[in-house]
Amino acid sequence: MRGKQVAFGLVTAFLVVAGCAGPQPAPARPGPLAGQTIEVLAVWSDEEQAAFERVLDVFEQRTGATVTYVSGGDEVPTVLATRLAGGSPPDVAGVAQPALVRTLARAGSLVPLDPSTESVIDAQFAPVWKELGTVDGELYGFVFKAANKSTVWYDAGQLGPGFVPPRTWDEFVETLRKLSDTGRTPLSVGGADGWTLTDWFENVYLQTAGGAMYDRLARHEISWTDPSVRTALQTLGRVFRPEYLPGGISSALQTEFTESVVDVFGADPKASIVFEADFVAGAIAESTPARVGADARVFPFPRIGPTSSVVSGGDTLVALTDEPGTKALMQFLASSEAASIWAAQGGFVSPNRQVALDEYPDDSTRQIAEELVGADNLRFDMSDLMPSALGATRGDGFWRAMQDYLADPAQVDRILAELEAEATAAYEEGDS
Amino acid sequence: MTRPTGPLSGGSHRLAALFLTPALLLVVVFLVYPTAYSLVRSMFDARGDEFVGVENYVTAFTDDRTLVALRNSVIWVLVAPSLVTTIGLVLAVVTERIRWATAFRLVMFMPLAISLVASGIIFRLVYEEDPDRGLVNAVAVSVHDVFSPASPYQGARPREGGGLVVGPDGALETAPVGAQGAVGLPITGFDPVELPAQAASAVLPEPGAGLRGLVWLDVGGTPDRTGEVDAGERGVPGIAVEVWEAGRVVATATTGDDGRFTVPDLTGGPYTIRLAAANFAEPFRGLTWLGPVLVTPVVIAAWLWIMTGFAMTLIVAGLASIPRDALEAARVDGATEWQVFRRVTVPLLSPVLLVVFVTLVINVLKVFDLVFVIAPGSVQEEANVLALQVWQVSFGAGGGDQGLGSALAVLLFLLVLPAVVFNIRRFRGDRS
Repeated sequence: MRGKQVAFGLVTAFLVVAGCAGPQPAPARPGPLAGQTIEVLAVWSDEEQAAFERVLDVFEQRTGATVTYVSGGDEVPTVLATRLAGGSPPDVAGVAQPALVRTLARAGSLVPLDPSTESVIDAQFAPVWKELGTVDGELYGFVFKAANKSTVWYDAGQLGPGFVPPRTWDEFVETLRKLSDTGRTPLSVGGADGWTLTDWFENVYLQTAGGAMYDRLARHEISWTDPSVRTALQTLGRVFRPEYLPGGISSALQTEFTESVVDVFGADPKASIVFEADFVAGAIAESTPARVGADARVFPFPRIGPTSSVVSGGDTLVALTDEPGTKALMQFLASSEAASIWAAQGGFVSPNRQVALDEYPDDSTRQIAEELVGADNLRFDMSDLMPSALGATRGDGFWRAMQDYLADPAQVDRILAELEAEATAAYEEGDS
Repeated sequence: MTRPTGPLSGGSHRLAALFLTPALLLVVVFLVYPTAYSLVRSMFDARGDEFVGVENYVTAFTDDRTLVALRNSVIWVLVAPSLVTTIGLVLAVVTERIRWATAFRLVMFMPLAISLVASGIIFRLVYEEDPDRGLVNAVAVSVHDVFSPASPYQGARPREGGGLVVGPDGALETAPVGAQGAVGLPITGFDPVELPAQAASAVLPEPGAGLRGLVWLDVGGTPDRTGEVDAGERGVPGIAVEVWEAGRVVATATTGDDGRFTVPDLTGGPYTIRLAAANFAEPFRGLTWLGPVLVTPVVIAAWLWIMTGFAMTLIVAGLASIPRDALEAARVDGATEWQVFRRVTVPLLSPVLLVVFVTLVINVLKVFDLVFVIAPGSVQEEANVLALQVWQVSFGAGGGDQGLGSALAVLLFLLVLPAVVFNIRRFRGDRS
């Protein structure tokens, strides 16, 4: 009997050990941080992951540290919460929501950046970016990969050589009207994804109401029933007209983001203009035969007010441990050198103003980066600044309100009143 | 070494315990503990550090989204299992009599082998609104077009401010005009290249005898003014014109090659000129299957396709165990096939039918992936079911509220419980 129990115990022990054994440690390289391992958890996957790993390779070669990258995709907040609850956070995390950075910082899960990294950020980033990474006066992170969400894409082949990109909102409306006069449906809108619609709204609101009001609305210091919101929606309504959208409104509400890009640049185009951030380039490369820079061109979001403005998004890097390796890695990633490595591979825009524009692989990306770094009036994506229950829930909150507005602009009063009620509840609950 | 051996000896008890321990351990770790923890977690707030009692349950029953999910889950439970059981029964009985029964049943069973997500993607495409993409609408459009011919100037609309407005039934109407008037009726939204070849240059008629008018395509002239006849703009031939007075048609005309029409012999007035909707009607594009109204029936239909094979297979197995002599006896006594089915087959099968039904109810309550994949983001709220809501609340947006999510999961558990208990009892009864 005893023998059997021992054998059973051994088998169990073996199973447990086998189950727990992690990846084998890589052979140490020479360097100041030789033998140290640093773990990075971030949102980038597939091609983005490959590009970012190349940035990490350079750091590994230079310092001898071993950096492992774990892709969390859209689930980074959940993965991070679980890892923190389990007491084994990654050393560095890349998250898409500033609201999450704020929550983590206040919960004491983040380590503030050390002075040497802060000086790099002071020297190479515009103040607005530093402010984004600051919580309660302490700098916790910086945006490594930015998105310029004020770009409109068009198919140069369809619109012909005579097409002059509209610079103002009136010109934009006029362009759409002219195209639709000949029976075409020029504008592709991916309304099944609420976030494309909130991006539309944010761009318009930033210009019709101005940066100060934008900040106040993002913090819910003014109500969603404020007249400025209605003005922005009405301005937007000049463009969201059934005769401009392929298949009309109900079709737009069933078109996902990628589909909206394919509708313009695919083999069988239904429209010629689509609005979204620079990552449209990724969708074009992946799902259509068009070439970015040649067939697929970009113009800045049309101006409504007097100043140029850019709505941006981006993934913020934060540190969760106090190891020397973590500090060194953060400092390296903040530098223009790290950003340039990814920039050269494409699909990437850095808010670091010392990244030379020549580093970007094509004209469209260069133009997007230039506008992002040079904008007078730059704001972060409002829906990412909100509590995620309000700003990032499929079929609810802000997303849903914009979809309802697209579906029936006459209901604007009801829609805004409902959104205001939801916002009040969400901000009371806090950021989580 | 002589030791008592036999089924009741102490050694065997220990042996039994030894063999049961791993299974028991797994059940405790993966079933009992999570269930108990969910129950505990459901009484804590979003962060999990503050006890809130039943507050999460109160929120669950006051939140609109959850109530819609609950309502939909009820619809699912009421409709889906009984439909699937009925269709499965009919198919099982019918296939007993056909020659290729096995092959047919195999085909019917196949959908069950496809993962729900994959089936969801298939049905998302099948019900796509765009007839170029969605199978159902493609069929609907081709059938429709056989019976009613397409209108000649599809999609054309009145020029804004040009004197025509869209009436309640889709016809284009003018403001009242006098019997001797001459009106210009500009339309737009149609490619000039596609006008019939005989269309001649548009010239406004001079006022004279009778009511005169011009319907022209106000697109692509030089200069391209809106609402004015410009050089290069052509009339629209073959438009059916109706003249209305006091709610009835008093005269009709058709535009000539130059787009002009004249209605002589009018004495009264004022008149309204209407261009019937049939001239411009958009092509039929099928139904909005994935809109707010039809989405739940559509998802249920997809589930039907998947689960019918399952129900049929179980019922076929049940049919095989029905004593043939009972059926024969009924037939000898002169019962019709319907009577045999209704009075003999179904009652004898009822235990099997009940098991199938209850299993389906359990399955329906946890349906998640189908709804998530098929319903576009813009109608996810309308299509929501409890299981999906659990996930949305817990993990959907930036970490989510796992307290509320746990409360919903507990509710879902309570709903499934009667069905599970019933099934277990049933199995016990079968064994004894």
